[in-house]
This record gives sequence, C-alpha cells and structure tokens, in this order.
Amino acid sequence: MAATETYPDELRYHPEHDWARIHGDEATLGITWFAQDSLGELVHFEPPEAGSTIAKDASYGEVESVKAVSDLITPLSGEVIEINQKVVDAPETVNEDPYGEGWLVRIRLSDQGEAESLLDAASYRQLLEEA
Amino acid sequence: MQTLLRTPLFDRHVALGARMVPFAGWEMPVQYEGVIPEHMTVRTDAGVFDVSHMGELEVEGPSAHELLQSVLSNDLGKLGDGDAQYTLLTNETGGIVDDLIVYRLSPFRFLLIVNAANRDSDFDWLKEREIAGSDVRDVSDEYALLAVQGPRSLARLGLAEAPGFTFDEGEIDGIACMINRTGYTGEQGVELLVPAEDAEELWDRVVERGVTPAGLGARDTLRLEVCYPLHGNDIGPETDAISAGLGWVCALGKVFTGVEELRRIKEAGPRERLAAFVMKERAIPRQGMPIEGGGEVTSGTHSPMLDRGIGMGYVPAGRAEPETELTIDVRGKPRRARVVKKPIYKKEAGPSGGD
Repeated sequence: MAATETYPDELRYHPEHDWARIHGDEATLGITWFAQDSLGELVHFEPPEAGSTIAKDASYGEVESVKAVSDLITPLSGEVIEINQKVVDAPETVNEDPYGEGWLVRIRLSDQGEAESLLDAASYRQLLEEA
Repeated sequence: MQTLLRTPLFDRHVALGARMVPFAGWEMPVQYEGVIPEHMTVRTDAGVFDVSHMGELEVEGPSAHELLQSVLSNDLGKLGDGDAQYTLLTNETGGIVDDLIVYRLSPFRFLLIVNAANRDSDFDWLKEREIAGSDVRDVSDEYALLAVQGPRSLARLGLAEAPGFTFDEGEIDGIACMINRTGYTGEQGVELLVPAEDAEELWDRVVERGVTPAGLGARDTLRLEVCYPLHGNDIGPETDAISAGLGWVCALGKVFTGVEELRRIKEAGPRERLAAFVMKERAIPRQGMPIEGGGEVTSGTHSPMLDRGIGMGYVPAGRAEPETELTIDVRGKPRRARVVKKPIYKKEAGPSGGD
C-alpha cells in the first residue's frame, strides 16, 4: 500500500507536514509522506465545507488513522473550491499516493504573497532531519 | 520519567521494524506492517501477539481455593484440573478491580493471568486477603506469553482442536509451553505461556510456521469488534459487573467481595448499561466523547471488518436496547450511531453492524 518517501521539488511545505501545489491563483493541498507515515493507514477524512474560507496556519479539517486524529493545517489562506471525494470515500488513497491521487482540497488563494513564507523541499527535508 | 519495561521479545520487535509505544509501563509493539493488515490477517489466517506484559500470579496451598472463591466473582467450583475461567476481582461496591482468567493447575494451585496495568495492585489485593494455607506469588517475570489467534492458528501450529477455556502442557517444535485455549480476538486460537528464556525461540518457530506478527493496535480493534471489555476503559473499580454486562461471570449465589451490592443492582436493574454501537455516519468515536442524553464513549475505533466507526459506552439503561439511535459529540459535531446487539462483529452470521 505505502508509497516510498519523497518530497517533490515543485511543492511548497508547511512545518506541520502539509504541502501546497500552487498554480496561478489556486492551490492544491495535502499532507506529506512523513505525515501519512506517522499516522498510519488513514480511515477517515473530515473535509471543510466547499465554499468555506480557510486561514493560513489554522486547522481546516481532520484526518484519522485507527489510533490517531490529526488536524490539517493549511499552508495558505483561501476559499475551498473543491474537495477530493476520492479521499472521503477511500482515505487510504493518501497513504498510497500522498502528492497525487491523495490530494485533499483545492483552494482559491486570497493572498498569493503568503507562499513566500513556505518551505521548499530542501528546507522541509532539513526540518525532518533536525526533528 | 518512568523507565519502560521490556518483554523478552523486545529485540525481535525492533528487528521486525515495529513501531514501539508505551503501554501500561511497558514498551510494546503497536504495529509492524499496519493495524489494518494485521487485523485482517487475524480474521482470515493467523497472527501472533506478544502479550508478555500481562501479569501471572500463582495462588497455592490447601486454602487457595477458599481464598479465590471469596475474592473472584465466578464460581471456581465449576473448574476441574485443566480448566480455565473468565472471572472478575471485585471490590466492596461491586466494582471491578480487574478482569482475568484463572487456570486450575491442581485442586491446590491456581494461575491468574491479569492485566499488565493491574499486576501490582492485584497482587497487593490478594496478599492483603491471604488466609492461613494460601500463598500468593507474582511469577510474571518468569514467563512470556504469546497469543496465536485466527482461523488457521491451530493448523499453523500443528495443534488439534480442544474446547475453549481449557489448557494443557504441550510443546511447539520441541519447546515446552502451557497451551491455553483462550484469547482476546473472538477467533479460534491459543495463548502460549513459556519460560522467559525460551520466548525468542518459540516466537521464531511460530513465525516460521507462517503466523504473522500483530501489534497492540490490532489487538484493540479485534477485541472491540467482538465487544470484549478493556479494563481501564470499559470497566474499572467504579463500574459494576451488572451494568457492564458481565453478570454472566458473577455467581450471585455464592459469597464473594461485593456480592450484596451486585445482587441489589441486579434486583433493582442497573441505571446505566454498557452498550455497543456502530456509527451511521462517517466518523470515528473515541474514548471520552460525550453521548447525548447521558454517558460517554469508553472505547471507540474504526472497525476494519465493517469499515466504519464502532464503540462502546455507558448509556441510561433505557437507551441501551439494540436499534436505539445515539448521538455522539465528535469534537463538537453531532454524529449519529445506533446501538447493536453484542458482539458488533460476529463471524458465523457476519457483521451485525452497518445499516
């Protein structure tokens, strides 16, 4: 089931183990390989409501494994425009493909400048090594 | 900081890449490959759990039977040599000091396998009540305990079937052990009590026979699917056996600690009952979550067999009947569940859960 450990260069990372793929004024959000590995196989995704506004560094939902619950921290502020129904129906998709099929939500950014505060892959990897 | 204890199989767990966590003062494997695959293996084939953290107390002497009959809820008189029995150590208010299995080794010698967290307090409890001609000893450090569970467990170990709640001296690949027909998963299986120094060799032989290592994570989901209570979660010194649905292990016709109170609760009917429930919505109940209308979740998890949230909790007696709808406060969100008949998962008939 599990994907191998990777942190793609094209993503931006939040220290709480969340990633953002930015394209224009939109971004796709998910959790990193490290996050899904720490939690174990996911069995529940509690998404935000479509159309709701989420604020950088705050919780926008939850994921749960058999043993643990984890808040989802959004790396960027914006409006939720799509929820990945595939992960709602089959949360283990996140374990299998955390950066692809296992994305969680898509948002329309309210402040594109926020991206500058996020980590690149090298910095995020360094943070993991220092932890 | 407290130093965590390690079982004789600690090195084996580490070598297998297990995720080790603190549990009841022990450093134990919560999972190897993953809770869900380990759970499924036990439901379909065979898994082996290191449960060496559990305590073993021996009670011996001409008055051993008399002592135990006065402190344990079930009728010890029903046991012959080679028989085992699920029973409760009760307090004066009918509360549950511990739940355990007692094994009759001889008319004058009994073995109690108790919860890890209660090993010391059970020992003290019995020691304080010792009578002339009875001797209580904690022999936990001398033994390791391996639970081999699953529909193919006996075939994998090359063992013949035997009635549940019996035991015998035997061997697995030449390693002598006590073979107990007991378990905590709802599956066929055995629990192997082996001298600590032989534990690694027995573990290796069992794994070589195709039995998959399984951790405490799967042990918890397996036991909750079949509604076996966990002491410290679902039952404890403040909860009585009748409300917990354990009246069937209380011989109310005999005299034991707390029996008058238990008779009174049975006569009057308990105010609360431990109900089992299945979520009707996608949500996972967790210990401590409030149940609307009174009560709270005592155990909750995701059921791999039902692929939905399941749990147990005390609710007002009138709301403990199957099909009653409950609302559980899942971190501020009301989520619907329905009470089901125990067990939540039943092998022969299929799951009783779902809707």
